[in-house]
Formats: sequence, structure tokens, C-alpha cells
Amino acid sequence: MTAAPFTPPTRFAVPGRIAVSNRTATTWQRAVLTEIRRETPQVSTFRFAVPGWQGHLPGQHLMLRLTAEDGYTAQRHYSLASAPDDSGHIELTLDHVEGGEVSGYLHTVARVGDEVEVRGPNSGFFAWPGDRPALLIGAGSGVVPLMSMLRHQRRLRLATPLRLFVSARTRADLIYAEEYAAETTPVLTREGERRRLAADHLAPCFTDGAPRWEAYVCGSNSFAEHASQLLVGLGQPVDRIRIERFG
Amino acid sequence: MTGHPTRGFVGRPRVHNPGLPPGQYDAGTDWPVLSAEVTPRIAPRDWTLRIDGLVAEERTWTWDDVRALPTSSYEGDIHCVTSWSKFGVRFGGVSLDVFLDAVRPDPAATHVVAYAHTGYSTNLPLADVTGGKAWVAFTYEDEPLPAEHGGPARLLVPHLYFWKSAKWLAGLRLLDHDEPGFWEQNGYHARGNPWEEQRYAGD
Ligand SMILES: Cc1cc2nc3c(=O)[nH]c(=O)nc-3n(C[C@H](O)[C@H](O)[C@H](O)COP(=O)(O)OP(=O)(O)OC[C@H]3O[C@@H](n4cnc5c(N)ncnc54)[C@H](O)[C@@H]3O)c2cc1C
Repeated sequence: MTAAPFTPPTRFAVPGRIAVSNRTATTWQRAVLTEIRRETPQVSTFRFAVPGWQGHLPGQHLMLRLTAEDGYTAQRHYSLASAPDDSGHIELTLDHVEGGEVSGYLHTVARVGDEVEVRGPNSGFFAWPGDRPALLIGAGSGVVPLMSMLRHQRRLRLATPLRLFVSARTRADLIYAEEYAAETTPVLTREGERRRLAADHLAPCFTDGAPRWEAYVCGSNSFAEHASQLLVGLGQPVDRIRIERFG
Repeated sequence: MTGHPTRGFVGRPRVHNPGLPPGQYDAGTDWPVLSAEVTPRIAPRDWTLRIDGLVAEERTWTWDDVRALPTSSYEGDIHCVTSWSKFGVRFGGVSLDVFLDAVRPDPAATHVVAYAHTGYSTNLPLADVTGGKAWVAFTYEDEPLPAEHGGPARLLVPHLYFWKSAKWLAGLRLLDHDEPGFWEQNGYHARGNPWEEQRYAGD
């Protein structure tokens, strides 16, 4: 047989430190819509009561399922926007995708009292338990799982450093605009500064003596590519960059 | 598996599509990218493929070695666990059978772990990657496979959810037991058959 097995270089963030319950991930649970809050002209937050919700880690997502009378179903992944301990409730924040089947339903048909089904939370990979300095970079609805992390940090008054960079077209498109404080730098692409996230935005996080960041990047694939390459260029090790691509 | 009806949800007008596994939708011309890692830029000359573990003879192939092997193609559909399916795609590469014939698997081998140059890994029953069911793919629609989709070469196991088709494939290790890979350790199913909706552990 064989000599010592070849081990590939571990070049990306394998979590290891996070345990995920597989039990909750396999059961569909009913979720009752209790509140719809408009965030921007295109984006709303949907609050659900899920009595059996077992909690989640900031950054995790779930699967949401809609079923038509004829049995047809549509299911999509959505990140959890709420902090883990919002007992018995979860919040999702959805972009209204033009012609979108699931986001279109929730934005134009759903009303308080309606029921959908959810399953999760899923994946402990893009999750932040609050134990390491976090550098968060999101664009558009990519800020959703990052907001769960920020809310978690605030709720537990964690001393762990956290920095958030959030890109949006205009201030009016900035999701959760009211909730940001000194930890957040908005980057507006079609108003004010009028440019994409660039290395000089992030550079102050990479000075001598800066924390050893765990980086979380979330958004469209093109944004994720752009932001992760900026991080690599600034010296962030690839094995401490986690990426969630919405497709 | 059947859901509880949601008031007012009718869904998109649909034609019955027998090629669509349960819970999937047709992504049309889109090909979403869902890797968790920074896309590595691997030049073909730096890419290698290693097969080891329960085999008579471990081997490492270079890009040129692989390109000298007989090629074959897959034309058909692919299915991602995030619910999209993509119809009528064409990949070119080398059948995994060609590589396995060269290393001669031990009869005790039952599973493989495929691992990527990024550290990503995924587990598969050996039976799912033999008998013309899997490829080392390096072209898509007759063009070189783009880096964001796993180029220069990825595993292709089209009959399972696409997270099993490891991008930037670095090697395969043959084992006499099952060993969860990256997403499987994160709650996803050990096998991932789209027709049985094996999305998460326990499905
Ligand atoms: C891990 C993960 C987390 C996510 N988290 C979030 C989140 O927090 N918030 C969020 O807003 N999104 C999130 N997404 C994206 C989300 O899952 C959906 O992709 C998104 O909401 C669009 O779904 P939809 O059903 O509204 O649109 P779909 O019906 O899927 O349509 C998407 C696009 O394709 C077009 N299209 C597709 N098929 C057809 C057809 N037959 N006819 C006409 N047009 C068609 C639509 O016009 C539209 O432009 C996440 C994705 C992932 C993978």
C-alpha cells in the first residue's frame, strides 16, 4: 500500500470551531409573518414567529419554501438578519428581484398572518460566533448576514473588534442605514463619493498593530470577487477569508 | 415532503419538465457561482492531479499528462443544492475511469474524498464516480473552464448535487469508509442525489 498520505494545502477558512446541528436543518417548520418593515425602495425586512426555532449563529442562512394550492413549491436560501437570541422570532431581509418568484411573492402578495415554511439554520461556514476580530464587507442585500453579526456583537456587548464596510448605490439604497455607528463605513457608488469599494477604504484596517481579522465577504458574485481580491492584495491570508455568494 | 400551502402563492407559470428534480427551478442561461473561497488563479502548468489511498499504485498527473489522455464529454443537466438546475450543458474532459484504471483500486476501497487546491473537499461513494459517471473536466461549451467555475480542471459528477463536483480539483483519495468533506461537515448530505432531494444530513 501507501506512504504518508498527501495533504493538500489548506488555503481557505475551514471553520472547525463551529458545530452545526444537523437535526434542525432537516425539519420544515411553519413560520408566521408578524411584521413587514420597509428598509429601502427595493428592500424589506420580514419578521416571522417560528416557535420551534433553535437559534442560529450570526451569518447562517435558512431555506424558505412556498407551496401553491396545486402542490407546486419554490424554495430559496435567505440569510438570517436577526441576532440569534431574538427568541422565537427570526428576520429575513429581501431584495425585490425583478420577476423573482419568491422575493416577488413576499414583496407584493404576503401580508401579516401568512404562513411560509423554513428549514435551518444551514451551514456553519459563513458564521461568526463573536470570538475573533471581524472585518465585514457586503454589498446590497449581502449586508444581511453581516448585520446579524453586528447585532449579535451589540446585544452581547462583545469587546471583539468589528468593522463593517457596506456598499450601496445611493444613501436611499443603504439597508439598515439607521443602525450603523462608528464601526461602519458606507461606500456609495452612485452618489457622494461615487466609486466602488477600493483598497484605500480597507487599508486603515491593515496598519501595523491592526487586529488579526477574520474576513467575511457577502454579495453578488462579481462583488465577492472584487472584494476578496482587494483583501488578498492587502495581505489578508486566504485561509481567513470567508465568502457567501448569493449566486 | 409536501408543503403546507401558502396563501396567495401561485408560482410562476410552468410547464411540466421531467428533467427537473424536486424542489429545483430552471436557471436558464444563468450559471451562479457559489464557492466559499477566494477564487484561485491556477496556471495549467502549476496544476496537478494526485490519486492515492487504497490503490495499487499512487500517481500524480501534470496538466500535459492529462491532456495526452483520451477525452470524452458530458452533455446534459446539472443541479445545485441552492435550487437551480441548468439544462443542456456541455463539458469536456477525461473520464475518471481512465485515471482509476491507471492506479488500480484496492478491492476494499468503497469511497473517495475529492479535494481541491484550495483545501475544499467532498466525499463520494466510489460507485458514483466509476462506470462513466464522472469526469475530470477542463472545457465548458468547448472553451477552457473559467477559473470561477473551477478551471483549469474540476471534478464533474453531474448526477449528484453540484457541490460534489469539486472545483480546482487537486486529488482523490480512495478509502474503505465514508469520510465527510467540507459541506458534509457543515450539515449537507453525504451523497446528495437531487432526485431524492438529499440536501441535508438526515434527508
Ligand atoms: C446562501 C444564500 C443566502 C441568500 N441570502 C439572501 C438574502 O438575505 N436576501 C436576499 O434578498 N437574497 C438572498 N439570497 C438570494 C436568494 O436566494 C434568491 O436567489 C433571490 O431572492 C431571488 O429569488 P426569486 O425567487 O425572487 O427570483 P427567481 O425566481 O429565482 O429569479 C431570479 C432572476 O431570474 C429571472 N428568472 C428566472 N427564471 C425565470 C423564468 N422562468 N421566467 C422569467 N424570469 C426568470 C428573474 O426574472 C430574476 O431576474 C441568498 C442566496 C444564497 C445562496
